[in-house]
Amino acid sequence: MLDRAQVLHVARLARLALDEDEVQRMTQELSKVLDHIEKIRELDLHGVPPTSHVVDVTGSLRSDEPTPSLPPEAAIAEAPEPVQTPAGGGFGVPSPGQPQ
Amino acid sequence: MSKITDLSAAQAATAVREGQLEADEVFAAYLERARGDELNAFTWLAEEPPGWGQAGRLPLGGVPLAVKDLFCTEGAPSQSGSRILEGYRPPYTATVVRKLQDAGAPLLGKTNQDEFAMGSSTENSAFGPVLNPWDRRRVPGGSSGGSAAAVAAGLAPWAIGTDTGGSIRQPAALCGVVGVKPTYGACSRYGMIAFASSLDQAGPLTRDVTDAALLLSHMVGHDGHDATSLDLPGPIELPRSEDLRGLRLGVPEELTGSESGVEPGVRDCFEALLALAEKLGASVAPCRLPHAPHALSAYYLIAPAEASANLARFDGVRYGLRVDGDADLLSLYERTRATGFGAEVKRRIMLGTYALSSGYYDAYYGTAQKVRTKISEDFREAFAEFDFVVTPTSPWTAFELGAKTEDPLAMYLNDFCTVPMSLAGIPAVSIPCGLSDGLPVGFQLAGPAFSESRLLDAAFALEQAIDFDASVVRA
Repeated sequence: MLDRAQVLHVARLARLALDEDEVQRMTQELSKVLDHIEKIRELDLHGVPPTSHVVDVTGSLRSDEPTPSLPPEAAIAEAPEPVQTPAGGGFGVPSPGQPQ
Repeated sequence: MSKITDLSAAQAATAVREGQLEADEVFAAYLERARGDELNAFTWLAEEPPGWGQAGRLPLGGVPLAVKDLFCTEGAPSQSGSRILEGYRPPYTATVVRKLQDAGAPLLGKTNQDEFAMGSSTENSAFGPVLNPWDRRRVPGGSSGGSAAAVAAGLAPWAIGTDTGGSIRQPAALCGVVGVKPTYGACSRYGMIAFASSLDQAGPLTRDVTDAALLLSHMVGHDGHDATSLDLPGPIELPRSEDLRGLRLGVPEELTGSESGVEPGVRDCFEALLALAEKLGASVAPCRLPHAPHALSAYYLIAPAEASANLARFDGVRYGLRVDGDADLLSLYERTRATGFGAEVKRRIMLGTYALSSGYYDAYYGTAQKVRTKISEDFREAFAEFDFVVTPTSPWTAFELGAKTEDPLAMYLNDFCTVPMSLAGIPAVSIPCGLSDGLPVGFQLAGPAFSESRLLDAAFALEQAIDFDASVVRA
């Protein structure tokens, strides 16, 4: 069961601005889904290891050698605010601080 | 002579390779059909055939491919059904799409899907729902609904999609086509816009089992860009079995019995197919998957948790939509995501963020991963006694548009029979096995990891015996 304060807290963690309608709907819908899901907590899972990978494979590491990657101009081509810099370019953003 | 679009993809590829057809003729025939798409199956179409002189020498013969929107295709829109990626044209192509192009299957178009593959009806697309060609008042299933509908309606010779909890198999079942979810890792995930990384797998949606095997045989293999991808022990073989002699099929009570919610019409088709399998020489007996009824709960913790992390990258900075906030970065993130994501995506991000949040992680995500271990053990025990586990692919046939959109939990139950295999990472095939009230029913066969060729062989023998006729929806 989720309450309104929890929904607002999780929305902030998820970087989602919810309107009042969505907060109410989310509170009800998530509570209903969680009530259903909760049933797995009744299972006896004592000593059961959690799955980390489904197929038995040993690590497949590549050799640590540099290979060509995307050129900077291609990497920033689809950005909402591409910025040209002497180093090759970047992503423009507003100040990370609070608004004045 | 029969029309080009009446040929299966494998038949068309053979005709091109033997010089009876030009690759560009095949492309043009399908482009014309796809341009007349009344199902909203496509979100983008190529403008013209690639003009490959050499296509006739390649194994896939220049037979064009429909590709789910979420695969990155260089220079062509790759939007994952989302407004937050509207118009996005990636600078590179997904490995499986590139491999298929190299093998001679050029891009015909991109297909509509549920936003970020989250859904079972393709109603969650930012670009409008896809209609089922068997009955346009009904959904095609999802999330690869555009690929399934395009193949069923003959708008594309074959297609690829992705399956996280059933997103290839369930729409294949609801549209009367073949769908394959390979072993986790068989196909590279590089260039697939991620939903849940420990579950996502690419696979074919095709008119018949031979087409599926041919397409899959050129998709698999280790890729240096995806550390979880791997080489199969042997190549995917084209199927040729005519019977099921010696094959042991297990029917799990948990996914097929009275508690499972399988509709009577679907059950009738399923049972008729079990009888047919016995006639073809298989033995059929009940088996147990004791934890399978809990698979859906584990899935709806694991998949949203992974999605909440994967979708953090959509923040209005590097690509896609940006909505300015109050001149600070935090409100830019929050408003971009609030505007760009649809309701189901927000719901799953919230669920996943909650399941991973401090104080709840062990209770939810940790517990779900333990249940996942138990589900894998259940399958391992079943496969000690049986070659394959068989179930209906979906508990019901295609439902009406809007019938389940107001009830997330009811929508999630679509994945009841497909999610256990996803959690265990094992391969599964859905083939059409008949009609219930005029709508297709899917039959699912699942086997141990890397059993793709054997599964396709068995599916082929059944397909020949069923002789399912879908030509009416391609007319």
